[in-house]
Amino acid sequence: MLLALWRLSPYFLTASNLLNIGSQISMIAVISIGATAVILMAEIDLSVGSVAALAGAITAGVLHGIPTSWPAGLWLGVALVAGLGVGTLAGLINGFFTVYLSIPSFIVTLATLSIGRGLVLLYTGGRPISNLGESFAQISWGHIGLLPVPVVIMLGLYLLAWLFLRETQLGRYIYAIGTNKRAVELAGVNVRTIELGIFTLGGAFSGLAGIMLTSRLDSAQPTAGTGWELVAIAAVVLGGTSLYGGRGSVAKTLVGAFILQIIANGMNLLNIQAYWQQIAQGSIILLALLVERQLRRHGGG
Amino acid sequence: MEKSQIARQGEDKVLMELRGISKRFGGVVALSQVQLVIYPGEVISLVGDNGAGKSTLIKIIAGAYQPDEGEIRFEGHRVRLRTPRVAKTLGIETVYQDLALVDTLDVAGNIFLGREPTRLRLGPGLHILDKCRMEQDAEAILHRLGIRFASVRNKVEQLSGGQRQAVAVGRAIFSEPKLVVLDEPTAALAVREVEHVLELIRSLRAEGIAVIFISHTLQEVFAVTDRIIVLRKGKTVGNLSTKETSIDEVVKLMVGQERSLVADNRAG
Ligand SMILES: Nc1ncnc2c1ncn2[C@@H]1O[C@H](COP(=O)(O)OP(=O)(O)O)[C@@H](O)[C@H]1O
Ligand SMILES: [Mg+2]
Repeated sequence: MLLALWRLSPYFLTASNLLNIGSQISMIAVISIGATAVILMAEIDLSVGSVAALAGAITAGVLHGIPTSWPAGLWLGVALVAGLGVGTLAGLINGFFTVYLSIPSFIVTLATLSIGRGLVLLYTGGRPISNLGESFAQISWGHIGLLPVPVVIMLGLYLLAWLFLRETQLGRYIYAIGTNKRAVELAGVNVRTIELGIFTLGGAFSGLAGIMLTSRLDSAQPTAGTGWELVAIAAVVLGGTSLYGGRGSVAKTLVGAFILQIIANGMNLLNIQAYWQQIAQGSIILLALLVERQLRRHGGG
Repeated sequence: MEKSQIARQGEDKVLMELRGISKRFGGVVALSQVQLVIYPGEVISLVGDNGAGKSTLIKIIAGAYQPDEGEIRFEGHRVRLRTPRVAKTLGIETVYQDLALVDTLDVAGNIFLGREPTRLRLGPGLHILDKCRMEQDAEAILHRLGIRFASVRNKVEQLSGGQRQAVAVGRAIFSEPKLVVLDEPTAALAVREVEHVLELIRSLRAEGIAVIFISHTLQEVFAVTDRIIVLRKGKTVGNLSTKETSIDEVVKLMVGQERSLVADNRAG
């Protein structure tokens, strides 16, 4: 399919199109960092889209609520802290219920997905919050050198996450927890704190992605981020990370997100209805599970 | 580390002594007035039928269970093993039957799990791993056990049962313990690999580390131990020098057809 696309449209390979794709995927890619870490621990976070929408809405609300007489930097800073704070708090709640009350993360985050969306609709009254100002728009439309700001944010966070998972003690524990949690506990590691931390960090990434989307659209949409959990999981598994935990790499998640977007763009170019994208994402997850099952049977990893 | 072989015969210094240990679970008496003495560098075995109380006893030694009655002495001092951590601090390491290894980590990563050497501390938990040192030290530990792996970077899931056991023992001896408890280390192994594990136990003894070895196969017990403790229905019914007893006698004690006539003179 990719080959067919390149044949059809040589435009695909140009640097400007790559940067364009980079901007398009930046939000899903940022969410997928948290999703990778959560899935490596053999947990799941379904609430990412709702949390992103809630963080976006709160950020937009704060931007509207602050008097324009405030200095631009402070004005923006307060709004960003509010948005990131909402995401972080949501992650903390997900983590608390999962880790300390031992409720499966699947159920906890399904509940917070619903609660988050309800809060967004309540807060916005079902209407978008728009016209958020020039400086806020820079988060998604500005450039640092030749690179769009969202691409810089995305690449920077991926680099940090990659180093964190590969080179640090905590990063190693995340893999180990996903493989054999009891063994890590027996080794004297404080597993619960790490799990709580990763859920919280995942929430913060969702909040950041929500802010980026709101900036990109210059508007907080009540339905923003719907279905993102599925796209993020698809990016993670397409990158080869096991849904059973303990195996995978965050760098490849970025590749997964990239491939998903190319498929989506290709479908647009080929005039295929957008509904097919959802079907493709769901199928990718099922396919990944099948492939992993086969690999396990044959004793490989 | 004391490298020299410690003379066991006539050695007076007791490493660990359990006196009158009893443990009940609700109405079930798992252990009743159990006596056990182990000397430095000695290999002993706990044998007994299923339900005899072997696992309960080693959990008490590991600090995972508290006895209802009785006294534990370690190196002459009375101790309370309130937690596994307390036991570890004293120098008692336990390798449980499931080994508690992390399959997706490599050999070195498993040996150092929870105490990885780091070279740069950037903040809470953000310690950069010193993988080089980890691999070198892991190789050194395995070398001590007389084991050579193709690479300590191999993931543990690629190893055979015997090799996994070696990794778990390597993990246990990292902290220079005085006593290593092995709960059925040969239970899931191929015959050829059993010999490797017995060899491991011999290298622990050669280092002066005492070993409590649990196995259902009396041939293995006789191949490697200095002394055999027989448990039946929670009671110590035999304390035999391996050299002076036979499989036949041990079996009789296990199933209770004969009273213990032979008792090691060192047992208090
Ligand atoms: N956690 C427990 N709760 C209740 N009963 C137990 C527990 N652990 C062991 N027992 C009982 O104590 C007795 C001794 O068991 P165990 O120490 O496991 O024997 P062994 O390891 O020799 O097979 C058995 O009757 C067993 O059912
Ligand atoms: Mg047992």
